[in-house]
Amino acid sequence: MILADNRWRWALWIGIAMLLLALPFATEALLGRSWVRILAVALLFVMLALGLNIVVGFAGLLDLGYIAFFAVGAYSYALLASPQFGIHWPVLLLLPLGAALAALFGILLGAPTLRLRGDYLAIVTLGFGEIIRVFLNNLNRPVNITNGPQGITLIDPIRFGDFSLARTHEIAGITFSAVHNYYYVFLLFAVLTIIISLRLERSRIGRAWVAIREDELAASAMGINTRNLKLLAFAMGASFGGVAGGLFAAFQGFVSPESFHLIDSIMVLCMVVLGGMGNVAGVVLGAVLLTALPEALRYIGPLQQRWLGEVLIDPADLRMLLFGLALVLMMLLRPEGLWPARRRAPPAPREAAHGH
Amino acid sequence: MDTEVLLEARGISKRFGGLAALSSVSFSVRRGEIFGLIGPNGAGKTTLFNMLTGLARPDGGEILLDGARIDGLKPHAIAARGIARTFQNIRLFGSMTALENVMVGRHLRSDGGVLGAVLRSRAAVAEEHAIAARAHELLDYCGLGQRAGDIARDLPYGDQRRLEIARALATEPKLLALDEPAAGMNATETAALRALLERILFSGITLLLIEHDMNLVMGLSHQVAVLDYGEKIAAGSPEQVQRDPRVIEAYLGGAFA
Repeated sequence: MILADNRWRWALWIGIAMLLLALPFATEALLGRSWVRILAVALLFVMLALGLNIVVGFAGLLDLGYIAFFAVGAYSYALLASPQFGIHWPVLLLLPLGAALAALFGILLGAPTLRLRGDYLAIVTLGFGEIIRVFLNNLNRPVNITNGPQGITLIDPIRFGDFSLARTHEIAGITFSAVHNYYYVFLLFAVLTIIISLRLERSRIGRAWVAIREDELAASAMGINTRNLKLLAFAMGASFGGVAGGLFAAFQGFVSPESFHLIDSIMVLCMVVLGGMGNVAGVVLGAVLLTALPEALRYIGPLQQRWLGEVLIDPADLRMLLFGLALVLMMLLRPEGLWPARRRAPPAPREAAHGH
Repeated sequence: MDTEVLLEARGISKRFGGLAALSSVSFSVRRGEIFGLIGPNGAGKTTLFNMLTGLARPDGGEILLDGARIDGLKPHAIAARGIARTFQNIRLFGSMTALENVMVGRHLRSDGGVLGAVLRSRAAVAEEHAIAARAHELLDYCGLGQRAGDIARDLPYGDQRRLEIARALATEPKLLALDEPAAGMNATETAALRALLERILFSGITLLLIEHDMNLVMGLSHQVAVLDYGEKIAAGSPEQVQRDPRVIEAYLGGAFA
């Protein structure tokens, strides 16, 4: 019986894996290559949203400047793998470095805000996010570090030896273009962040985070060092953002402060909240939907043309209007998110637990 | 040093603005006894508890556990030294299951980190099983074995109070401080609670008890201290305290005169 159960589970996972592997080709055939790119970006947002979910969803610390960690990761990659300084470090060094730097910034943000909660924490983190962006915007004088608003161009693509993801490859008769290559790399990283999130959630550390979220005072009275665990949440969450930032820089080949506005922080927060704060599956769903939805709403222009014979409402306006409407409806109909966090059944079955 | 004494409070004072919540309160709790703390509402009992558990700092005085100063330590450090508590207004982790609440209590006595959890190391998995097994035991011990998978905030009131005790026991305390554990319980629940507290005492844990149920506190306690307007007005055995004219006047009045 257990064997059969396991077999079904394996069959399910293999099915999902095949689906995800075939997805970019199906998408390209049905919707065109631009949608493969959107898929890749969605995977980056999955990583970002899961990182923010550790801070907001698990530990309950409202962070409105999360995109700053994405920026730290992106710029650390961009500066160390571009003609800007003539440095071209390998990706396998830069991604861990980006994660570590972002984690450091996470602690820098976390340390002074330990006593703050709710709205007050939100304001400070918002300010922090803006400070990072303003710094990136202005660090071109007197010494040019970030190249200011122009941003950094000609960033190295991800490369393993002679195998560059930016080039088209033909493997076993299948053509993989750059965007396909990146999709698979991002998929790998997204799956890793999902696994890390799930395992953390069901661990001693994850329980301590949720305890802090539920009742910080009771958590500390039960022996949880709330200071250390909050800093750990900031650092872990930030490191996800740092890795995603590095991947983003390599994928785009270009970064500028324009990509790291407050609205981007809010967007990632929306993914977490809309999907279902604290629930990994919900957050993934939120990230994919909120990346795809604005893109899908671009078709409103052509559809108006076809059905009404002319474009009555500017698609860009309508897009934001519908997006706002969707958010309001969500808050009214499903305030806990599309796929809310449900506390699971006991992690270890009684018998098994007693057997050990 | 008197090794009989587990907890000693010396001249504890606390002011909130112009109000003296506690003025130079001293008492000592002996190992293996139940120490009752009574007094009218607003007498400063919970304030005293908050200082014993690090949630508030005394303005003056010293608190010693096993002869070592603990006043001024952070709550988690005091919990590590061996004081666990429950709360008058129940403070469970509402969205977690009963089992998970108790598992949080094991945090202090386990040390799995991020790496072990992410890599699912053999040690981390074994520790997780041990935590769950111990939490199940404690739920059984407190009569909540059937409630393991229930969400804490959905539990009946009496179960929530007992769950707080199970969670506190998970930290392996030397001293368990209970802030009105029988509040809101009916007679049957109170009787079950009393049996549970006696079991806990027999297992070697010292109990500090704030309680308004006079039958319970007088029946269980070895020593009782009475607070009134932030001052200790009497202390001694339950019989002595019940005969004390100041206590009768201040507090027991109608019920025991």
